[in-house]
Amino acid sequence: MRFMFKTDYEDDIRLFPHSGYLFSYGTLLVLLAIAPFVLSSYIVSQLVFVCIYATVGVGLMILTGFTGQASLGHAAFLAIGAYTAAYLQQFNVPFPVYFLAAGLLTGVIGALVGFPALRLQGIYLVIATISFALIVEEILARWESVTHGNEGMRVKTIQLLGTTVPRDSPAFYFLCLGVLILTIVGTLNLLRSPTGRAFVAIRDSETAARSMGVNVSLYKVKSFAISAAITGFAGCLFAHKLSFISPEMFTLQLSIEFIIVILIGGTFSLHGAVLGAIFIVMIDPFLTYLKDDVPGMVAGVAATLGAGAERAAHIQNSVSAFASANGLKGAIYGIIIVLFVLFEPLGLYGRWLKIKLFFQLFPLYKRATFKRQKIYVKSERYR
Amino acid sequence: MLDFVQQLVSGVALGCVYGLIALGFVLVYKATEVVNFAQGDLMMLGGFFAFTFIGLLGFNYWIGFACAVAAMALFGMLAERLVVRPILGYPQFSIIMATIGLGYFLRSVVGMIWGTDDFKIETPFSQGVLRIGSLVLAYDKLSVIAATVILCALLYLFFKRTMLGTAMRASSENMLAAYYMGIPVKRVVSIVWAISASVATCAGVLLAPITFIHSNVGLVLGLKAFPAAVLGGFGSIPGAVVGGVLIGVIESMAGFYLAEGWKDVAPYVVLLAVLLLKPEGLFGLRIRKKV
Repeated sequence: MRFMFKTDYEDDIRLFPHSGYLFSYGTLLVLLAIAPFVLSSYIVSQLVFVCIYATVGVGLMILTGFTGQASLGHAAFLAIGAYTAAYLQQFNVPFPVYFLAAGLLTGVIGALVGFPALRLQGIYLVIATISFALIVEEILARWESVTHGNEGMRVKTIQLLGTTVPRDSPAFYFLCLGVLILTIVGTLNLLRSPTGRAFVAIRDSETAARSMGVNVSLYKVKSFAISAAITGFAGCLFAHKLSFISPEMFTLQLSIEFIIVILIGGTFSLHGAVLGAIFIVMIDPFLTYLKDDVPGMVAGVAATLGAGAERAAHIQNSVSAFASANGLKGAIYGIIIVLFVLFEPLGLYGRWLKIKLFFQLFPLYKRATFKRQKIYVKSERYR
Repeated sequence: MLDFVQQLVSGVALGCVYGLIALGFVLVYKATEVVNFAQGDLMMLGGFFAFTFIGLLGFNYWIGFACAVAAMALFGMLAERLVVRPILGYPQFSIIMATIGLGYFLRSVVGMIWGTDDFKIETPFSQGVLRIGSLVLAYDKLSVIAATVILCALLYLFFKRTMLGTAMRASSENMLAAYYMGIPVKRVVSIVWAISASVATCAGVLLAPITFIHSNVGLVLGLKAFPAAVLGGFGSIPGAVVGGVLIGVIESMAGFYLAEGWKDVAPYVVLLAVLLLKPEGLFGLRIRKKV
């Protein structure tokens, strides 16, 4: 076990507390850099989605994880970013300009949403953000002069530095990865600045934060704006990745997926956003695998266990019928959410921390270290 | 004028369904501080149970209705026991997520079992209209309104007059104090979930003749029931029904008098306006912040 001696505040807020961090993140970076040349194009394409979802996850994490303001409307911010990019692109605006414009416009709209949200708490905020998302979805479908309504919009390939960046090229992957890394580093810096401290203070107790002199309204609006802006940047990349956008892509379902990203990853650390994004994006390949390979394997196992050929074929059929059933993805989502909330509320990253701590403290690990406190009095109604 | 009354009645009928779903929200919220995002899906599941009993097994309408309500009451208790009870007392956000997950699960499982088509339940009031002068009112819409009134009256009597109802009101005021007074809070909460699922089932069965039942109906209507509950002030039972009726009427009027597209958005615009101007709703209590 490594003991860290911190002698001043600078030590406490360092991005890389010791050389081990540099080594492991450096290795990860190298692996990510060689990934597009080694892995199949399908997996690389999934990795691009991981980057985009993780970027949104980081944005949502700032708002929900660190400022404590739940939002089920982030699909709307993504949509605003995507549509801004697609709209500006029609007038041959260069990529860097409309990329920034997408983020800025979404940030401004995020701030505008943040103002009314100041008066709302908990469940009301969730409902208000859902309503906001539904209204944006309807506007996108109706404002045909700008958004082409339900026909959707085509998004051309990126023109950057005189070259084209097709949506399935390694260059696009590096672009998304770069945006993700910049977002993460920026957010880490934000979180160790006074602004980030204020966010966390508001999350932990609004009253306490206010009495310590934090301007709660200002920082809540800031948090909304920053979170929305990051989501807007991701929206621009999302539009380019899909090359076609239409209102029915940005439904409540997508907002819930983003919440699942941070919930499964762990809502208290940026690692969670990335882990959750990997998890959500990789469900699809997993389901394909389930559909294609598992029925045969199950039948093989059944055959070796002594079932007749006919029986094995029957088992194979029923398993494949189950695996290719229509709503299976939704059912798996549902079960995963419930199980995580019930048994692993700290998410995947929390599980990793627990495992790490277990080995660090080897014989002395206590489960109670991570036990949550239950509050039965009606606190939330009065908070 | 005639159009107006016609729209008003269909708005009120639809609003009653919203109100019944919102009633389910409010019952559970009052008792446990849990907002059940799966309420709409409970309604959908209730509708499918009724469809199975009446449409597939060929039960009499009323017997099938009763069976569906009983089955859903059990299901509500089961859902409470498995999903909600373990996380009571944790932050609201995790409970919201758990019920969203439950809703997801129910929707896809229903889609897998019954398929994703539209289903219709034959009811005694499916046919036939009531004519008053030149005004034509369909029986199915009137039946929804009548049933909502009866259900509300029953619930009102239950909460005011029975021991169990009083216990429920007590534990919704303060769970811990109720527990100290000897009220079996866990069982009470379980029964609240059963009642809320039964109310949702009534909404589902009543809805079936007006719009068809399909696996996503719960999501659509559940989302519309939020404005209803918020408009009524989230903790108020009469408020939920009144809010539901108002939202139904607003939606129906917006669909008739305003441009296309307003019909779907109007409830949410109203919701945001209410949240901004009068966050405690029409019937809610103004609660002071405490440190």
